[in-house]
Amino acid sequence: MLNRISTYLYLRPKLVLALLLLPPLIWFLVVYIGSLITLLINSFFSLDSFTGQIVREFTLKTYAKLFDKANLEIFGRTTLMAAVVTIACALLAFPLSYYMARFASPRVKTFLYLAVTLPLWSSYVVRVYSWKLILAQEGIVSWFANLTQLDGILAWYLKLPVVGGSSLAISYTGVFLVFVYIWLPYMIIPIQTALERVPKSLIEASGDLGAKPPQTFWNVILPLAFPGVIAGSIFTFSLTLGDFIVPQLFGKSAYTIGRAVLTFQGTSNNIPLAAAFTMGPILIMMVYLLIARRLGAFDAL
Amino acid sequence: MPSKKSAQPSGERASWFLKFGAIAIVLFLHIPMWLIFLYSFTTDTAAYTFPPPGFTLKWIPQALANPEMQEALSLSIRVALLSTAAALVLGTLAASAVYRSDFFGKEAISFMLILPLALPGIVTGIAMRSAISLMSIPFSFWTIVIGHATFCVVVVYNNVLARFRRSSGSMIEASMDLGANSFQTFRHIVLPNIGTALLAGAILAFSLSFDEVIVTTFTAGQQETLPIWILGQMFKPRSRPITNVTAMLVVLITALPILFAQRITAGSSDTEGETK
Repeated sequence: MLNRISTYLYLRPKLVLALLLLPPLIWFLVVYIGSLITLLINSFFSLDSFTGQIVREFTLKTYAKLFDKANLEIFGRTTLMAAVVTIACALLAFPLSYYMARFASPRVKTFLYLAVTLPLWSSYVVRVYSWKLILAQEGIVSWFANLTQLDGILAWYLKLPVVGGSSLAISYTGVFLVFVYIWLPYMIIPIQTALERVPKSLIEASGDLGAKPPQTFWNVILPLAFPGVIAGSIFTFSLTLGDFIVPQLFGKSAYTIGRAVLTFQGTSNNIPLAAAFTMGPILIMMVYLLIARRLGAFDAL
Repeated sequence: MPSKKSAQPSGERASWFLKFGAIAIVLFLHIPMWLIFLYSFTTDTAAYTFPPPGFTLKWIPQALANPEMQEALSLSIRVALLSTAAALVLGTLAASAVYRSDFFGKEAISFMLILPLALPGIVTGIAMRSAISLMSIPFSFWTIVIGHATFCVVVVYNNVLARFRRSSGSMIEASMDLGANSFQTFRHIVLPNIGTALLAGAILAFSLSFDEVIVTTFTAGQQETLPIWILGQMFKPRSRPITNVTAMLVVLITALPILFAQRITAGSSDTEGETK
């Protein structure tokens, strides 16, 4: 019996393909793409401000609200934070990735790979929580500042506009630090992968042709590692754009995209506005992914 | 793999500066995470004083016996197990289809599978929330599982596909030539071949689901998974010592299996951990 089924299937590769593909395809089309479509539909609905009920009629009213000054500021603020975090992650990731790809012995490399992937996979919430402990007024940063007599500098820094705040635990600096900390591994791995792929012969050729090591680095290695940076930036940028937990825990009262979406949806039950709001990061990420693909970032994933 | 003795002409030993930078970054990644362990034993109950005023073991049994924590932990484990199971089936099927044949839209499949992770979590979350609200589906254990399974698929898919690409198809042909039917071939050739990739994928999917908060915020009703419970404690701390111990527990539950997953796929480049 099994043999007959087996032969039957063997002779019909298209049927087998369909059988393999259908379950995941249906799941994703229904659950994921379907959800995205309802999101799109919801964004064309509006909220009746008297009854608080969702009016299921086509309107562009909700989208028009996105262009309120306050909402444009939210987009600007979040995108800026995502960009700054991404650049900081790239700068911090590069030395470690470079060391891993070019100098580390196989054993050291395995160790470093584990050291990077462990935080990447282990708990997001706990790693955020640990910064609550570190930045707290009585926490390790203040202790260290006291110990090294740097508390004057810390106090001065906290008085600065924009980056400062009542304490590090509630300031843009805090938000920035925590974001860099949690997303850094997402940047290290793709850059390392891209650097590994730089052919050694190319580096030798560059040296043979008279380039000094810094020249080789700037003209050969860095351009070839760039797709890795882009690949990593997809994650750091996208994750920062959509996160609402870190700004809520460490930020001042100013909203980010994530917090705004959560509030619209949660407290005011305004799913249409939340949906329209989300189209912002979707659009930004779509453009980003298309550019990234053109720059060859998907090969470095 | 490059080694220190590679035949590079000049300046090919890592400079002191580069080594220092690499070490500093590893420390930056790890010290905050392990600090939680220190705080699990502090006698301080009202603040996060550093250095801890004293050490005690009493919080560990108290935390383990906490009913809220137990309930959240049990929910998280059940959700993670079911999502992992769904992701294993769907991811393996998708990987087999993409590996064995060329078809129209093959590229689009990989793209679609990675989308739930590449788009900000809040997009996936609010999208599912709007679907749930539009169709008036009640929130339940199952809405959480469906959400989690969706973003876990790609992890299994990546691991299995990478393994397929490394193993040779001739083994399968040989098995068929020797008279095994498709099912026997699957059982005796394909499965052992992708076994560790499946296990690694499952472990990664499990930890992905176990500590997810963003999508869960939107797909859970009144239920609290462990990460959501910890998050609640961060906003309104009720019992810091118990939260500290729970946080340590979460690190252990996710970190140990991940180390194991890395170990069983060691030497091969198919962990694909980067595409979380």
